Amino acid sequence: MSIEKQVDSSRRGLLVATCAAGGVVGLGATGALVSTFQPSERAKAAGAPVEVDISSLQPGEMKTVEWRGKPVWILKRTPEMVASLAKDEAELADPKSERTPDDLTPEYARNQHRSIKPEILVAVGICSHLGCSPSSKFTPGAQPSLPDNWGGGFLCPCHGSTFDLAGRVFKNKPAPDNLQVPRHMYMGDTKLVIGKDEKGEA
Amino acid sequence: MAAFKETKFPADAPAAQKALGWVDDRFPLTKLWNDQWGKYYAPKNFNFWYIFGSLAMLVLVLQIVTGIFLTMHYKPDAGLAFASVEYIMREVPWGWLVRYMHSTGASAFFIIVYLHMTRGLMYGSYRKPRELIWLFGFAIFLCLMAEAFFGYLLPWGQMSYWGAQVIVNLFGAIPLIGPDLSLWIRGDYVVSDATLNRFFAFHVIAIPLVLLGLVAAHLIALHEVGSSNPDGIEVKENLGADGHPVDSIPSHPYYTVHDLFGVSVFLTIFSAVVFFAPEMGGYFLEYNNFLPGDSMKTPPHIAPTWYFTAFYSVLRATTSDFLWVLMAGIAGYTAFLWLKSKLSGMVKIAVSVIALLMIVGMLPGALDAKFWGVVFFGGSVVILAFLPWLDHSPVKSIRYRPDWHKYVYAGLAIAFVALGYLGTQPPSPVGTIIAQIATLYYFSFFLLMPWWSEMGTFKKVPDRVVFHAH
Repeated sequence: MSIEKQVDSSRRGLLVATCAAGGVVGLGATGALVSTFQPSERAKAAGAPVEVDISSLQPGEMKTVEWRGKPVWILKRTPEMVASLAKDEAELADPKSERTPDDLTPEYARNQHRSIKPEILVAVGICSHLGCSPSSKFTPGAQPSLPDNWGGGFLCPCHGSTFDLAGRVFKNKPAPDNLQVPRHMYMGDTKLVIGKDEKGEA
Repeated sequence: MAAFKETKFPADAPAAQKALGWVDDRFPLTKLWNDQWGKYYAPKNFNFWYIFGSLAMLVLVLQIVTGIFLTMHYKPDAGLAFASVEYIMREVPWGWLVRYMHSTGASAFFIIVYLHMTRGLMYGSYRKPRELIWLFGFAIFLCLMAEAFFGYLLPWGQMSYWGAQVIVNLFGAIPLIGPDLSLWIRGDYVVSDATLNRFFAFHVIAIPLVLLGLVAAHLIALHEVGSSNPDGIEVKENLGADGHPVDSIPSHPYYTVHDLFGVSVFLTIFSAVVFFAPEMGGYFLEYNNFLPGDSMKTPPHIAPTWYFTAFYSVLRATTSDFLWVLMAGIAGYTAFLWLKSKLSGMVKIAVSVIALLMIVGMLPGALDAKFWGVVFFGGSVVILAFLPWLDHSPVKSIRYRPDWHKYVYAGLAIAFVALGYLGTQPPSPVGTIIAQIATLYYFSFFLLMPWWSEMGTFKKVPDRVVFHAH
């Protein structure tokens, strides 16, 4: 018997074509399934800008509002608090907000106080390390988990990162970056819009 | 294949025997039982360390059964999840028992699996020809970690919420794609309803299916090559007249009875925990998880559940200062490899290139310590998979290794437990240094194993297993 295993090239061609077509359909279906993991249209819509009235905010007082499910802090700094920002620069990792400024610090906040108005800080209260929300430690001076020359700021409870009152991270801490300043703008004197500025939505 | 043939029984044969014969003609039921357990010849010198495989199987069944009943009352909805768990605890008849069995079962599963892995480590169960058994087991361990992580979000407590937030953000540390990857995993800008729903799907169906497949593969591979034993002797090399190893015994009834005894001891301890200490002082169920998840407020101290803390400690130990030590370590290891290793030149060059890339990546201004923390965190788990190829010892069992090897193993146990303990504690300067030393020891143990495991004077392995009849 000499039924040699000869390749029938037309059948082989058909086989390859069928596998290729099947593979494309399979890849397409996988792509569709993978895409379902992206934020839905509803989740994106819920990320719309929020308006905040800050007329009642007293100096030294902080208000937290929700934007895209994240806490956004609005802190009205006292003159002493603003003054403390000049003193701690040597101990900060990125005092001039130069790291990834496009994501973290809009142009109008690339200054010492990281804000439009020197006294009003607007920052996303999510640590740049692993996403915990730091706690407020506004009282200056020595206290547990904080250095003796503490000038007021924020302490992340998860891994001990510290931030000053402009949300700038201190050196040699787990958090690599300053707190994010979301794009924001004022509509009038006391009305703040978070998630949107003159250039459009964040 | 032979033609189908109906087995004939005498007319007065018992009905059960006829029924079994009818099934066996159509499905290899008796054959499966005999191959996998009934006439599976296992070495007769197993000690108590060999109970944990069976116990892991028992807990797997327990988790699946209690899990099914929990899904009948649980609501995977961010607005309803926390309340539905409390509803199970307070209003579903016996719901508290099912829930506590499931939550205690998760911790019990990890205790058993860690002990099972310790056994493998001590007696060299992963050595040739059992590499695949070890790899399947490693994959089971990964699935178990995923299962525990996904499941922990479901009660939607503060720890569920912020634990998931921290772990998902670990992926954000990957350069370029990181932030988008975290967003994709969460399906929202923060951990939210979308995240809860997909974690639920993974926890109740996707991972368990994979897990069951892997358990089957683990057992099939084990029963193919046969079990190892505390002496690390290949019993199949010494066959008796009946064709079976002289040092082996059918698993049934000998090990059936042993396992049933082990199961009753385990269930006694397990019940004591379920009924008297289901929270285990905050280790099995963390106190902060009895508060509903709040995206605006992080609890003052976040720690993963105890079974993750050793690896989590490695993550925390990787600070920017420690990167200098790691760079020196990597450079030293590469130099050592060139001087001492028998690997081919190509492999050495490949390792050197990777080492160089890592060192450059660790320089200030390159990749963050956060990214390297994630790399070493993952590495500390994955390195276990390489054990069969790292261990070059001429004997399998710790019994016949040089005595000082035992101290090396004890050091690993101490380092692992120290890392595990520190991971449950808030970060402190002293704790970080201890965690860094333990991290170095942990990685050195494995990376230097090809050398230290062949050093020293080994004892003679006996021809027959050590066994005292009882």
